[in-house]
Amino acid sequence: MKLTGAQIIVETLIEQGCDTVFGYPGGAVLVIYDELYKNSDRIRHIITAHEQGAAHAADGYARVTGKVGVCIATSGPGATNLVTGIANAYLDSTPLVAITGNVPLSLLGRDSFQEVDIAGITMPITKHNYIVKDVRDLANVIREAFKIAKSGRPGPVLIDIPRDVQAASCDFERADVVNKFPYPKTNKQSVEEAVELINSSKRPYIYSGGGVVLADAGETVLELAKKIDAPIGCSMMGLSAISADYKGMLGMTGMHGTYHASRAKQEADLIIAVGVRFSDRATGNISKYSKNAKIIHIDVDSAEIDKNVTTYLGILGNLNDVVKAITDKVEPRQNPEWFAEIEKMKEHAKTPDDYKTKLVPRTIIEKVQEYTTPDTAVATDVGQHQMWTAQYYKFRNPRTFATSGGLGTMGFGMGAAIGSCIGRGEKKTVLFTGDGSFGMNLNELATATSYNLPLVIVVMNNKVLGMVRQWQSLFYGKRYSNTTLNRKTDFVKLAEAFGATGLRATTVEELDKALETAFEIDTPVLIDCHIEMDEMVLPMIPPGGSIDDIIIK
Amino acid sequence: MKKDQFILSAIVNNHFGVLTRVSGLFARRGYNIDSLNVGVTENPKYSRMTIIVTGDEYVKEQIVRQLAKLHDVKKVQIMPDDNTVKREHLLIKIKASSERRAEINTAVSIFRGQVVDFHTDSMTVEMTGEPSKVDAFINYCEDFGILELCRSGALAVIRGEESLSIDEEDNE
Repeated sequence: MKLTGAQIIVETLIEQGCDTVFGYPGGAVLVIYDELYKNSDRIRHIITAHEQGAAHAADGYARVTGKVGVCIATSGPGATNLVTGIANAYLDSTPLVAITGNVPLSLLGRDSFQEVDIAGITMPITKHNYIVKDVRDLANVIREAFKIAKSGRPGPVLIDIPRDVQAASCDFERADVVNKFPYPKTNKQSVEEAVELINSSKRPYIYSGGGVVLADAGETVLELAKKIDAPIGCSMMGLSAISADYKGMLGMTGMHGTYHASRAKQEADLIIAVGVRFSDRATGNISKYSKNAKIIHIDVDSAEIDKNVTTYLGILGNLNDVVKAITDKVEPRQNPEWFAEIEKMKEHAKTPDDYKTKLVPRTIIEKVQEYTTPDTAVATDVGQHQMWTAQYYKFRNPRTFATSGGLGTMGFGMGAAIGSCIGRGEKKTVLFTGDGSFGMNLNELATATSYNLPLVIVVMNNKVLGMVRQWQSLFYGKRYSNTTLNRKTDFVKLAEAFGATGLRATTVEELDKALETAFEIDTPVLIDCHIEMDEMVLPMIPPGGSIDDIIIK
Repeated sequence: MKKDQFILSAIVNNHFGVLTRVSGLFARRGYNIDSLNVGVTENPKYSRMTIIVTGDEYVKEQIVRQLAKLHDVKKVQIMPDDNTVKREHLLIKIKASSERRAEINTAVSIFRGQVVDFHTDSMTVEMTGEPSKVDAFINYCEDFGILELCRSGALAVIRGEESLSIDEEDNE
């Protein structure tokens, strides 16, 4: 069967199980878009307002579905607009295939109109990338890109395809969905060693990260926790993999984690770290980090072991298999004394619950939770609202949380929420955002309304860049350099102008009413929640500090 | 070789852009390349890189693991210091006044080099040997006056039957 490059792209995407792509057309991808037009019954294309939105949407889509997200952009500015989205996916290990068009082969390297070396630009932020110069290589390159994107520690792959390669034709043969590369082999002896360490520990602690979400290993880790009666603390990326209902779930650890999650980690004598990378936001000062504990680090990526924290025992492999193997062999036990200690830690940082009548961040998050189901997906932007969501929202089902962890991308939320809606069909997605983050990519409201997405956008509007302001308050003598936005934007009118429903809440009663409306309608709703500008995210371990430096009030 | 130097050998795809990927990885992670040599192997699909790196144990571990993650890197190994044949090639142009030529010739023959070009006031010498021998010769030449020099960077293979070559099957 002879096909053009563009036909091969569409056929291979479908062959690899992709039924939805996010993108934005342009000169260097016209041939591809012509094929997408002809095949619109087989593959759905979501047109966003901006290529960055398309990349974030593909990322969000991948996070909630577990599939490989795909985005398409034209050459030059189209391609560079993907860059933040690709970097975001790289740092959070999201499987993503980005396809860009480029100028014809004969014009490559001549600074032609809308030409950039996107393969060169994205080299440090992709697992791998390609420039396809011969149409005969195209099908296999796409297949390999999917394989790389989803294997091992997932991540983004970019394929740059010059326009004439899209138009050239060659023979095409259909193939199967590619398998992942084999997982790194697990050293059996290190599993035995881990079992020994766990059996002889007094205060075991499970530290669960984004890898557990990616490997769909939440249940497996929970089994281990129950068998050895260990508490679980999560990195932010690890939230949602294990239900907040588990009695030992301590929530998030790290800079803005709960006091007891971080304190218990410090007091533990054994930390079983699964699918985490010990980022600086999660550990604080490395030299003071969990000094009393031996660390077992289980990961699929060998480069993570001993990268940031020196571990006592590193175990490579598929998280599910390794944790299962340990669980099978370990002795069941109870740790009442350890849990009694943890209960005391909880008391130590307890805050009064007089907040419930005031429209403060915690109330907003908890109110929203009353309207959602465990299956509702939650997306966030980046900043204070993101931390409050991580702290107060109780995640119960895996893959219901899409947030920008490693890159900390303000503006991620709208795209991610759109991807989440598309990936989950009729089910609702809630986006928590702030007026700062939302302002970055609010153009994507147009996408949300065009596709009538079941999206509830909760804007925590404090008229300032809250997280930066918080640092300025604490560490920069309250010199609020360029963080007091005080913009005149009316978010309610803005939502309406985009064709969405806009509501405002200045009291808890108004929020209740707004949420009632928002959860009744199936199209985009924005709720503009006014909060105080000096609300802080607490607790906070100052950068470079340890649990002993924690600010609680 | 200095105490904290080590030699890394990698079999990589023989593609455009692979050198950039590898050197880019070193640059962005802040690892120093002292020398890098690359050339095609017995199988034209692959090239072999020999890289001399300065770094402590941490760098050593990390760089191998990070390199191994690159899709274009098929095999990577740290060469054992005591069981590796190391060779480097040197071309050096030295000032050679008629009074000092005899002296230079003696040095060249002791270091087992060869004069490959000869002019009224200069001489070009080629020499092969362990990087430390090349260092020593360059040191010695400083006294004559060095006009220019270029070094190939080290090449290295393990002694005995062991090899880094790729089995086509285990690469599928």
